[in-house]
Amino acid sequence: MQVFSRRFVLGLKLCALAIALAIFIALLAWRIMIKPHPAVGAPVEQVVAFSHKHHVGDDGFDCRYCHTSVETSAFAGIPPTHTCMTCHSQLFTDQPMLAPVIDSLRSGKPIHWKRIHDLPDFVYFNHSIHIAKGVGCEECHGRVDLMPLTWRVAPLTMQWCLACHRDPAMHLRPVEHVFDMGWKPTEDQRELGTKLVAAYHIHTSTLTDCSTCHR
Amino acid sequence: MNRTGGPPQMWRSLDELGDGDALRRELAERFPRFAPLFDADRRQFLKLMSASLALAGLTGCSREPQEAILPYTYAPRGQVAGEPRFYASAHAVGGYAMGVLVESNMGRPTKIEGNPLHPASLGSTDVYAQASVLELWDPDRAQAVTHRGEPSTWEAFAAALQRRLIALRAQQGDGLRILTQTVTSPTLAAQMQALAARYPKAQWHAYEPIHRDHVHDGSVLAFRQPLDVRHHFDHAAVVLSLDADFLGFGPGRVRDARDFVNGHATHDATQASNRLYAITSAPTLTSAYADHQVAVRGSDVEAIARRLAKLVGVAVEAPDSVAGAPETWLAACAKDLAAHAGASLVVAGERQPPIVHALAHAMNAHLGNAGKTVAYIDPVAASPAHQMESLATLVEDMASRRVDTLLVVAGNPVYDAPRDAGFLEALRIVPASVHLGLYHDETSANCAWHLPATHFLEAWSDARAFDGTASIVQPAIAPLYDGRSVHEVLAMIVDGVERRGYDVVREYWRGKLGGDFEAAWNKALSDGVIPGTAFAERTLPLQPNALAAKANTPATSTNGTRVEVMFVPDASVYDGRYANNPWLQELPRPLTKITWDNAALVAPALAARLGVATDDVIELAQGDARIRLPVWVLPGHPDGAVTVSLGYGRRRAGRVGDARGFDAYALRPADAPWFLPDVAIAKTGGWYKLATTQHHHSMEGRDLVRVATLDAFHANPKAAGEPTSGRGNGTLYDPFKYDGYRWAMTIDLGACIGCNACTIACQAENNIPTVGKSEVARGREMHWIRVDRYYEGGVDTPRTYFQPVPCMQCERAPCELVCPVEASVHDSQGINVQVYNRCVGTRFCSNNCPYKVRRFNFLQYSDWTTESLKGQRNPEVTVRMRGIMEKCNYCLQRIENGRITADKENRRVRDGEVVTACQAVCPTRAITFGDLNDASSAVNKQKASPLDYPLLHELNTEPRTSYLAKLRNPNPEVKES
Repeated sequence: MQVFSRRFVLGLKLCALAIALAIFIALLAWRIMIKPHPAVGAPVEQVVAFSHKHHVGDDGFDCRYCHTSVETSAFAGIPPTHTCMTCHSQLFTDQPMLAPVIDSLRSGKPIHWKRIHDLPDFVYFNHSIHIAKGVGCEECHGRVDLMPLTWRVAPLTMQWCLACHRDPAMHLRPVEHVFDMGWKPTEDQRELGTKLVAAYHIHTSTLTDCSTCHR
Repeated sequence: MNRTGGPPQMWRSLDELGDGDALRRELAERFPRFAPLFDADRRQFLKLMSASLALAGLTGCSREPQEAILPYTYAPRGQVAGEPRFYASAHAVGGYAMGVLVESNMGRPTKIEGNPLHPASLGSTDVYAQASVLELWDPDRAQAVTHRGEPSTWEAFAAALQRRLIALRAQQGDGLRILTQTVTSPTLAAQMQALAARYPKAQWHAYEPIHRDHVHDGSVLAFRQPLDVRHHFDHAAVVLSLDADFLGFGPGRVRDARDFVNGHATHDATQASNRLYAITSAPTLTSAYADHQVAVRGSDVEAIARRLAKLVGVAVEAPDSVAGAPETWLAACAKDLAAHAGASLVVAGERQPPIVHALAHAMNAHLGNAGKTVAYIDPVAASPAHQMESLATLVEDMASRRVDTLLVVAGNPVYDAPRDAGFLEALRIVPASVHLGLYHDETSANCAWHLPATHFLEAWSDARAFDGTASIVQPAIAPLYDGRSVHEVLAMIVDGVERRGYDVVREYWRGKLGGDFEAAWNKALSDGVIPGTAFAERTLPLQPNALAAKANTPATSTNGTRVEVMFVPDASVYDGRYANNPWLQELPRPLTKITWDNAALVAPALAARLGVATDDVIELAQGDARIRLPVWVLPGHPDGAVTVSLGYGRRRAGRVGDARGFDAYALRPADAPWFLPDVAIAKTGGWYKLATTQHHHSMEGRDLVRVATLDAFHANPKAAGEPTSGRGNGTLYDPFKYDGYRWAMTIDLGACIGCNACTIACQAENNIPTVGKSEVARGREMHWIRVDRYYEGGVDTPRTYFQPVPCMQCERAPCELVCPVEASVHDSQGINVQVYNRCVGTRFCSNNCPYKVRRFNFLQYSDWTTESLKGQRNPEVTVRMRGIMEKCNYCLQRIENGRITADKENRRVRDGEVVTACQAVCPTRAITFGDLNDASSAVNKQKASPLDYPLLHELNTEPRTSYLAKLRNPNPEVKES
C-alpha cells in the first residue's frame, strides 16, 4: 500500500541527499578554514630568501643578536635593516639575493616580511616570560638552525598552547639552555621539569586562567 | 545628617521624588529608554530575521589573513619593540598647562597620564587631557592649507606672506594684527616681543570666551595691578567659595581638588577636617561637594559677598539682609571664617564681577589669610590681560579699515565672539585674513587663508601652569598632516624665514636654562617641568578705595516671564573647542548626566511656573537675539535664572560636533558675558529628546550611598551603617582559593568629586567605543565605570552625592552562574573575567547583574574602518566586535604586565606597582587598588576602615570593590532644611 506518492518519495530522497551534501561541503569548508596558515611544515617564501640554517646553524648566531627584545618584551623583535648591514655592508654586497635589503636601507622603506607565527588578536602572548621560565625557543619554533626557509612547526591552536600550560614540566629546560638548538635533557624530562617548575616559581594553578592569555 | 531615623531617602530625579504617574514611572525605570528600534510589522521583521540568519552562517567563514611584519630600517634609540614609552609634555586648556606623560606605543600616542612632578597635575589629569589623545587622531582635523576655500600649499602661503611683509615693513607693521587665545608660552611671548621690535605698529590681541578678565579687574581694584591669585587649599581649614568652581574649572583644578579634598573629613580620626561653604549661582562640582551651600542668581552673589564681608569685619557698604541666603547661615559662616583667621580662605569665581574679587581679597586680608592660604603672583598669561577690551579694540579697528593683515592663532572668534561684537562683519572687510587652527572651522571658512595647525602631541612648544611653572611641550609623533605650529608660523612673519619649532623653542631656552644647556634641556624634557620657573608669591597691601563702588542691585526676576541667563563653560566641550570629540560628547555631564547636548537648566519652581518639564523647548529672547532649547529641570538650581552652557550649536566642527545642541553665544553680549539679566523666557510647545544616562540603573531605594557627619562618626564609627553586614552568609558553592594574588578596590565616596575623569580614562585605556546619542537614549552607552549621582533633601536645596560604579568583581558573581558558554568566569586572582572569544552574546550575565555594569555591543560600535582612529587604540586590549559583552576587569592588561615583570624577577607584585587607569587619573585619589593577600597593602588598610561597605550587600554577592562612606563636616550652628 503506497502511503506517499512516488513523486513525494523521490522529492524526499533528493532533499535528504541535498542536506547530506550540504553538510559534507560545510564540513569540508570548515576543515579547510581551520587549517593553520601558513601550513605547518610548509616553507614560506619571503622577499629576501633569509636562511636561519645559514645564520644560526652554520654561522652560530645567537637568537638575541637579531631578536633583541625577546627577553624584555612581549614581542621578540624583528631586526631593523641596519642589523643586517652589520655584516652585509661587507659580505655578499653584490648578491642579487640581498638587493631588497640594500634597497631598504637606501630608501628607508622597511622590508616586507610575511608573518609566519600569527596569533589571533585576542591572544596576548609574551615572549619574555616564557624565556625567563625556561621554555626554549625550539619548543615552539622548532629547529630553525635546520630551516633554509622558515616554516611553522606548531599549529598555534589553543589546544596546543594549553597542552603545555596544563603540564609545563615536559617542556622546560634550564634557562641557560633556552637559546640552544637541539638541546637534550641529561636526566628524565619529567623529573627535571618538575624540579624546574618549583625552582622557577611557575604557578601551574594560574596558567590555565583565561586571563593569562585573553584580555 | 543624622542616621537616627533610618537610611536617608535618596532620590535621583524629580519624577522619582514627585507623585507622577506611578505606573509610567515604574515602567520607565524597569525598561529604561524602551524606545522603538525600528518601525517594522511582523512580516517584515520575520523577513529580516531569516535573512540575517542565513547571512550569519557566512560571516564565520574567513581564513587567517596573511599579515606582514615591517621592521625599522634604523631602530630608534632606546625603543624596545612592543613596550610603551612615556614622554613628559604639557596639555593646556585656556592657556594654563597641566603636566602629562604621553604613553607612546611604537610611536603612536595612545594614552595620557599625569606627571607626578608637575604642580598642576601631581600625577592626575582631567577629562580634557584624557580626551586630547583622541583629538590627535580625529579624522576631521584640517589637513591642508586652503586659500579662499580652494586647496593650496604652504609655499603659496609663504609667497603671499612675503609680498605682504614687504609692504608691512615699509609701514612699520601698521595694519598687522595677531589674535591669539590666552598665551602662557614663554617662547611665543618672546616671539611676540620680537615681532613688536620688528613691526612696532603691529598689535597683539587675545580673546577666548572663557576668559579671566574679572580676576584681573578685581586685583586692579584691590591692588592697582593685574595679578593672579594662588590658593593654598592644603592650608585652609574653612573655605568660602563666592561662586568659584575651583573643583571643576580654573587653571589649577586638579591640584586644587587634591589639596582641598585631602584636607576634608576621612576615617582617620586624628586628622582635622576642613569645611566648605559655597555660594553658588548654579550647581557645580564645588557646590555639590560643599558642606553648606546656598544657590542664588549670579548677580545676587555680590550682595551676599558684601554682607559676609561686613559680618567678617570689613568696612564696606552692605545690605542688612540678603534674599536667598538666611542671615543665620551667613552669620555662622562669618563666625567660622573669623574663628579660623589665618587658616580660612575666600575664593571668588572667575565669572563674578571685579567687586566680588575685591571683596574676597579684602576678606582674606582682614582675616590674615594673605600669605598663608592665599598669595598673589604676576599674571601667568603673557597675552593682553583684558580680553573683552582687546577683542573690542580689534573689531573697531577692523571695521574702520585700520587692519589689513590679521592672523588668528587657534581660537574660533567667528563662532564664539559676543553676539554684539560684530566680529564676522568686521572680518569680511580685512583684505588678508589668516586662520591657523586644528580644524577647518567657522573662522577658517571666513578667512582668506586657512593653515592647519599641529596638535600639542605633534609639535614643540612650551607653556606655564597656574603657578607660573614652565614645561616644555614635546611631541610624541611627527605631524600626521601638513600642519605647522604657531611658533613656526610666527617665525615666518618675525624672522621672514621658515624655522623649525624645535629650534625656536630651544633657542629661547638656551639663554634661560643655567649651566650646561644640553644637560638642563634633557632634564627639563625628562622631568616635564623646568625648575625655578614658578612665579614668586607675594602679598600686597589693600588699596584704601578698593571697595568704594556702589552696590549693584540686580532686578528681581521671579515672576516667570523674565529671567537671568547664566553662561557657563560646558563640562565636556568647554567653549566649543572639543565639540568634535566623541568621548567628551558622550561623557555624561556631572550633574545632569546629559550626553551629546546642552540644555537650559532651570529650577523646579521656575519650571512649574512656566508649565514646562524636562525636554520641553523654551525660548530665551532679548531684543533680536533669541535661542530655543530644551529645558532640564535641575534640583538645587536658583529660581529666576536659567543656566546655559557655552560651546554647542557648532556649524563647522566636524562630523561629530556639527549641529549638536544649542548655541548660547547667540545670546551672549559683550557687556554681560556671564550673567545676562532681563531675558524673556517663554514656552514654545516644542519638544526635544535629551539623551541622558540618569535613569538607567534603578536601585530601588536601598542605602547605596552611605553618608554620616563627622561628629556622628566620631560618636559612633558605624554611624554611616554597618561596615560588613551581609558578608559571610552561606553558599552552596565551594569557596574559591587564592594562593597568589587577590585583587580588590575601594572607592572613597568622601573623596569623589564627581568629575568623570575615571570614566574617560577607562575609555581611553580599554578601547571603549562611543555609541552616539540615539544609542545612549536606548541605554546602550558602553562606559565601564559610570558615576551615579544621587540627591538627598528638598528639591530646592538638595545635597548631591556621586558614586562611581565599575564592575564589583563579586566573589559570588551572579553573572558567572548563568553564562551558558563560560565566557564569564572567575580567575585565580579573583577577577570576574569576560572572555570575549567565548562570548556568544546571550546577555544572560547582564540580565543577572544587580549592578548593571555589563555593557553589550548591540551594534558594531568600534570603528574598524577609519584608519586614523586605529592609531589611538591600546594594543594591550582587544577591540571588541558586535555581539560581545564587556565590562571592567580591573585593567587586566596592567595586572598581567605587572605580574610578568614581577615573575621575571621571581618576586611578588609590590603594592602600588599595578595602578588601574581610573585610579591613576583620579585627582583626589578616591580609588585604591591592590592585593588583599598582601597584609600591608593600601587597599587592606582602606578595607579595615569602619566606613568600608559593600554595595547591595543583602544580595550576598560579596563584591571585591567596596566603598568608603562619605563623611560631611557641617557646622552645627547652621540650620538646614
